[in-house]
Amino acid sequence: MDKLIRSRFYKDRLFKGGIMLFTVLSTVPLLLILFYIVKQGISSINWDFFINLPKPVGEKGGGIINGLIGTSIIVLVASVIAIPFGAVIGLYLSEYSRDKLSYWVGLCVDVLQGIPSIVLGIIIYLWVVKPTGHFSALSGSIALAIMMLPPIIKSTEETLKLIPGTIKEASLALGVPYYKTILRIILPMGLSGILSGSILSISRVAGETAPLLFTAFGNPFINTNILKPMSSLPLLIFNYAGSAYEDWHKLAWGASFVLIMMILLLNIVTKILERKWKIQF
Amino acid sequence: MENSILNVQHLNAYFGEAKILSDINIQIPKNQIVSFMGPSGCGKTTFLRCINRLHELTPGARTEGSIYLQEEDIYKLSLILLRRKIGMVFQRPNPFPTMSIFENVIAGYTLNGIKLSKPQKEEIVEDSLRKADLWKEVKDTLHKKGTFLSGGQQQRLCIARSLSMKPDVILFDEPTSSLDPISSNKIEELLLELKTDYTIIIVTHNLQQAARTSDYTAFFYLGELVEFNTTQVLFSNPLNKRTEDYISGRFG
Repeated sequence: MDKLIRSRFYKDRLFKGGIMLFTVLSTVPLLLILFYIVKQGISSINWDFFINLPKPVGEKGGGIINGLIGTSIIVLVASVIAIPFGAVIGLYLSEYSRDKLSYWVGLCVDVLQGIPSIVLGIIIYLWVVKPTGHFSALSGSIALAIMMLPPIIKSTEETLKLIPGTIKEASLALGVPYYKTILRIILPMGLSGILSGSILSISRVAGETAPLLFTAFGNPFINTNILKPMSSLPLLIFNYAGSAYEDWHKLAWGASFVLIMMILLLNIVTKILERKWKIQF
Repeated sequence: MENSILNVQHLNAYFGEAKILSDINIQIPKNQIVSFMGPSGCGKTTFLRCINRLHELTPGARTEGSIYLQEEDIYKLSLILLRRKIGMVFQRPNPFPTMSIFENVIAGYTLNGIKLSKPQKEEIVEDSLRKADLWKEVKDTLHKKGTFLSGGQQQRLCIARSLSMKPDVILFDEPTSSLDPISSNKIEELLLELKTDYTIIIVTHNLQQAARTSDYTAFFYLGELVEFNTTQVLFSNPLNKRTEDYISGRFG
């Protein structure tokens, strides 16, 4: 009897140890990647790196200001397009989940999530860039906005579906019209989900290169006009890492480091906001 | 019946093809507590939800027949007006989680876009909370979230929220089924106090609760109104065999 208990105890320990071992093993590559980027990138980081344009080959120094400004503008415009659409579609899916249309919309969202980003880039090239005749930051933002939609829709839908139906009924039973019940009761309760979905989707698309190759195209200079070609951090990394020059490689590593830190920061902010705005019911 | 506030005639209710209520005729007396009892699935809650037309929210749900609130056809009244005249308290406490206690009580006004001055608001909130016997417990924490209260307090907050609209009738859908015995007791006592100003309809599957609190009792079974009488007569001398069987615990 004693032996049986002891062998159970050891099996338990072994199982627990096994789970921990595999967890650590699978985390190691991630940590190595992070470590390598930090090691390669951190040496280029200084104040000049954030306020200067890239320098021509042979000249020391140079920064990524065009990419930083470009990424900020492109992602901001993409968010302005995607968040309202995403929230409204998510609201529809949660409110009318029994409708046939709702089923098909949900299916489309799932398919949209699986479309390779390069394909989206090409589609926007055909639909926006070609008709307007030139590359533009706006077309890049549209491509990114389409990529942002599925996570925003999903997280809005999931959050709103968790709200008990009786809270909606409480409002309707007070004689409050349906649209006001949605705007004043339901949406404020879903705010944390909508926002965390939005921020997560921003951190997802901030690093996208492929949809921008044929749309925002890139720009060696600072540009704030969204109707003209614009640089972005991933485009800058793509162009400079593919070059043959050591200085440019260094710039690309620095830019990668900045990009990763931005995404890390966004993820932390999301976690904090989620906790802070969580609503008890 | 003299002094009736609600007059229901030949009411049928359906969910899609399924008939939930058939040919309900009842007159609800004013300023009394009326309980609807019956086994689960007998249609008592559906009937309650027909009275403030919440039943129609469910996809595929519809009704036939007529309900009059003091001579007025409720299907001709605007939903907003009808639901201001007929308040409702639900099975589980459901205060609005984004709002404070104060905002919850006054929600019927703010959400309907009715403008009130600050003193008016304060008066309504205090008055409603006093009537719901909650004022003493929350008067110092009016601006805290309503969801921090205990279950029983939350339910009384929901009652205050209905009272603030000064309704004629208040519908209670098993208001104590999710509460502990002490909180339930408090709600029952509250009902007795409220009947001087309001007509109260309470759905319950608890025989003792119906016997303790109500003046009139209606017994529903399989979508039919089997018997409606004063609580005393219905419990001591039921006319119908099914009522007697249910009361004596032979089924349900």
